[in-house]
Amino acid sequence: MLQISLWKRALIIVLCLTALVYAVPNLFYDRVERHNDAVALMETGLDTPELQSERALWPDWAPSYLINLGLDLRGGAHLLAEVQVTDVYADRIDALWPEVRDLLRAERATVGGVRRMPSDDPGVLRVAVSNADGLQQAFEIAQTLARPMQTISGIGQSDLDISLDNGEILITLSEAERLATDDRTMSQSLEIIRRRVDEVGTREPTILRQGADRILIQVPGIGSATELKELIGTTARLTFHPVVRTSGDAGEAVAPRQVMYPSMNEEGVYYVLEQTPVVSGEQLVDAQPDFDQNGRPAVSFRFNPAGARAFGLYTAENIGNPFAIVLDSEVISAPVIQSHISGGSGIITGRFSVEESTQLAILLRAGALPAGMDFLEERTIGPELGQDSVDAGKIAAVVAMGAVLAYMALSYGMFGMIANVALLVNIAMIFAILSSIGGTLTLPGIAGIVLTIGMAVDANVLIFERIREELRTARGPARAIELGYEKAMSAILDANITTFITAAILFALGSGPVRGFAITLGLGIITSVFSAIFITRLIIVLWFERRRPKTLSL
Amino acid sequence: MRLKLVPDQTNLNFMGPWRLTFGLSCVLMVLSLVAFFSFGLNFGIDFRGGTSIRTEATQPLDIGGYRDAIAPLGLGDITISEVFDPTYGPERNVATIRIQAQDGSEAVTPEILTQVEAALRAVDPTLTFSSVESVGPKVSGELVFEAIIAVAAALAAVLIYIWLRFEWQFALGAVAALVHDIILTIGVFSVLQLRFDLAIIAALLTIVGYSLNDTVVVFDRMRENLIKFKKRDLTEVMNLSLNETLSRTLMTSLTTLIALISLFVLGGDVIRGFVFAMIWGVVVGTWSSVYVAAVIVKRLGVRRDLGNGGDKAGTQFATSE
Repeated sequence: MLQISLWKRALIIVLCLTALVYAVPNLFYDRVERHNDAVALMETGLDTPELQSERALWPDWAPSYLINLGLDLRGGAHLLAEVQVTDVYADRIDALWPEVRDLLRAERATVGGVRRMPSDDPGVLRVAVSNADGLQQAFEIAQTLARPMQTISGIGQSDLDISLDNGEILITLSEAERLATDDRTMSQSLEIIRRRVDEVGTREPTILRQGADRILIQVPGIGSATELKELIGTTARLTFHPVVRTSGDAGEAVAPRQVMYPSMNEEGVYYVLEQTPVVSGEQLVDAQPDFDQNGRPAVSFRFNPAGARAFGLYTAENIGNPFAIVLDSEVISAPVIQSHISGGSGIITGRFSVEESTQLAILLRAGALPAGMDFLEERTIGPELGQDSVDAGKIAAVVAMGAVLAYMALSYGMFGMIANVALLVNIAMIFAILSSIGGTLTLPGIAGIVLTIGMAVDANVLIFERIREELRTARGPARAIELGYEKAMSAILDANITTFITAAILFALGSGPVRGFAITLGLGIITSVFSAIFITRLIIVLWFERRRPKTLSL
Repeated sequence: MRLKLVPDQTNLNFMGPWRLTFGLSCVLMVLSLVAFFSFGLNFGIDFRGGTSIRTEATQPLDIGGYRDAIAPLGLGDITISEVFDPTYGPERNVATIRIQAQDGSEAVTPEILTQVEAALRAVDPTLTFSSVESVGPKVSGELVFEAIIAVAAALAAVLIYIWLRFEWQFALGAVAALVHDIILTIGVFSVLQLRFDLAIIAALLTIVGYSLNDTVVVFDRMRENLIKFKKRDLTEVMNLSLNETLSRTLMTSLTTLIALISLFVLGGDVIRGFVFAMIWGVVVGTWSSVYVAAVIVKRLGVRRDLGNGGDKAGTQFATSE
């Protein structure tokens, strides 16, 4: 008859108790959060009486997992950025040019002079040789530059596509190499954004790659999306270029492969530079605020070995010539090279204030983003609005809960009370699971929980209605309960599986807050089925075993 | 004293006036489509691109003044609407300002935002900007596409599941009911010109889930009764099944509505549109389970050798004695 084996009973009870214990920290959200913050700080080695007292707000032995509050509940900024991955192709091609030039120059006798031709597509390197008869040989030499791909997906392919077109040699990255480059660009961008966001030290930022070329950035507690954009969007792209000449006229035409940048400090002074940098900021390993020999704020920097080598070679060959330090398309300074700089370190002087030199050092250290970014979506939610939503959601949830509990008790009497106990455990379970998997609660997520409160009783209603029906025909209360459960089961499972399918699709295809809703709805379905077929059943069985009623009042 | 919505034994003839009820559903669907094609939907920035600014002020709103302040900036179409909430006192005046997507830029530029905020503050210095959201045309286009895919995928998945668990007639009936619910929801959003954004798509899918839940419970009982009463007429069995599940249908709809209504009243204005869609969905979803899904199954007819060692017998979760 109504039998549940002992181990099953124990398992159900243990699961319920665990859920309750893990849900409790969310009731004391603020305390537990301060405790967690203090613990995190103390792990880094800090230890002050204030931290001790913050930590004491919540016992160390108790579970301290909390639900993350989404941006719409906590306030903060959200950005969806698209990384211009194709920018990097042009950089790669630029870096290739000196290599091509040197290779071909070695064969000057057959190929003649070598020139880089302007190209519409910055990702294509066009090279012309003056001796048309040597073109074929030049082409063959250029082909030796291509190397087999190292990645698994690119096996059997080479990294460069080299072809002949109209008497020019065309060099471009191969499709496989472009994919590999995109991947690298994305992981670099992610890392740099993460470091920059971490510099401000905010709580649990979300920085995620989305699709092929997008990055989602959510930072709770930051003032506005504009602020966040300034933080991550400041490129701080540092490059060192050979100086061709200076000019006073911004409109002056420059030769191909040369660029003109304004000076940062001197009004009306423009520098004409070689477009291809000698070294760039990616090769920087460190930058610190410093002072020059005259005691003025400056930034000292150090290159990695490859950068140091390139920098050393260049300075050795160009003693007495000026070279320009360029930050974000502005010339910071253009000192004359005094001597061969071999150690790979140097100092940037300009008319900086101490704050500016500190800021510059941070930006340089964090590294330049390898490519530009377009912001496709940006949202700012004020903390007050978030708090309002939390408060409103709480009140609504409590009222909804109270109304449903009362309604169930009125409709089904004692059985209704049992369903209510199961409902409360059910809500605790949702919170417990959400906190321990580090789930995020959003405003639609609260709606999902409230909806679950309404729908969670459905499985119980199905069973109780079925038991009522069976009571009219079956032999006794025990048999009616058993049949009620048995016959309601297929409806419960079918109905909840179909609803779960829609929640899963919502989760798979939705984003942001919609996803938050799908999670709470999906979890709610699982826990409500569990609570209906295990928890209420166990309580009913326990009650039945004690009382052995002859009739049921349902 | 026990609260009972319906008496123990009911014998309502649900299927009798099916021409009337099904006809009513069809008329409502046509009206919804007419509304959709003539008024369109009041798409939020998620789907149309643009910028939405939420302002709060302690002084009374001056919508005309706001408009005049922003107009000289030449930002194109601007919509300003007041936000009502019963919990706001006279000291709290909230409005949303929507600016269309600007040509040539994805999200709004910080310069424009600063200009708009400065212009508005000139009208009312107490203004604060509690949220600013901006979506570029590229993303909004994708979001529309993704939303349609999500709804279509949900319908397809449901069609297949019910087809596997029941019969194809049931699957068609269930999906027709869902399409009915979605069209009616879009219709009411179109007629009332409520803001239609990404959250409403989530609500639509929830309605799909809820309506389905209801439909499946009714179908489940029909399946059981069709096996139990092999000799009885299909319409009779359907009526019996609907009467048997009536009490549960109303009970569940009511508890869900109780929860949703408290959220609607007390949950704040930010999710009111979303909750409204769900309340509407619960009502039409309950209706469509009976008057659309069941009617279609009735019209299509069902194989009556169901469960007679037939191919579907093995797929049932529970046996019925």
